[in-house]
Amino acid sequence: MQVLISLAAGLIFGLGLIISQMINPEKVLAFLDVAGDWDPSLAFVLAGAAAVSGLGYFFSRRRSAPLLAAQFDIPDRRDLDARLIIGAAFFGVGWGLVGLCPGPAIVALPLVGLQGVLFFAAMLIGMGAFTLLPSAVAPSSSHSPALDADA
Amino acid sequence: MDNFTPFSALAGGSLIGLAAALLLLLNGRIAGVSGILGGIIGAIVPEATWRVAFIAGLVLSSVVYAASGATLPRISIDHSVGALIIAGLLVGFGTRLGSGCTSGHGVCGMARGSRRSLVATAVFMGTSILTVFVARHVIGG
Repeated sequence: MQVLISLAAGLIFGLGLIISQMINPEKVLAFLDVAGDWDPSLAFVLAGAAAVSGLGYFFSRRRSAPLLAAQFDIPDRRDLDARLIIGAAFFGVGWGLVGLCPGPAIVALPLVGLQGVLFFAAMLIGMGAFTLLPSAVAPSSSHSPALDADA
Repeated sequence: MDNFTPFSALAGGSLIGLAAALLLLLNGRIAGVSGILGGIIGAIVPEATWRVAFIAGLVLSSVVYAASGATLPRISIDHSVGALIIAGLLVGFGTRLGSGCTSGHGVCGMARGSRRSLVATAVFMGTSILTVFVARHVIGG
């Protein structure tokens, strides 16, 4: 059942990325180009998504466990470390270069041909390179390794 | 602002939020794509299954969208091979090092008021805007 819910969530998430045009790199770059012909549309994607998922968090706080699993796996770290900042900065540069981030890169994969595949493959290699970091194997956070990531 | 599309953006964003809320309330998980995809690498099987299912849903979404009779948006990427590879490497490594991307930090983290996600989102928005500015208005001219 949990697997079916994951599949449905991925499907709905992907439809949201398509309808909002997040999967269109030109649209993303127009949003990021504040000094050019700025298109603020994607701010509405973030606002809509955060508002609705915020409702989900509101209800989750009233429950001790999710409906289908034993516990909520929500990161509880509050410290700001160098890895968070440097990682986010790297991601921002990559996102700004081409206009693709992980979700849209996956959804757009069947639609954009070789260039999308190339970006996706490089993204996987980047993710794989992270696992080679010594500290990536044994995270310092208190919870289980699978939960080290915020996201 | 020729292509301003606030309504479809809001509608699509709401669907993304709905997906994140469902995954949280039913499965207790965060809908952060980089974390879900990155977690498959080297994950034990039960931990990988729900992640693979979520990714499969993402991949299937364009098929379902087209099957509904809607026309898929025309997407073109006109970047050099070098730019695509560098960008992909930075996105892959950066999202894992920084523990999240636009979905994990930008949507799920902001929604629950996470301080780390707020800072991460500010940083990646800042560097992406700066990157586009340099590429388009400094180098590109």
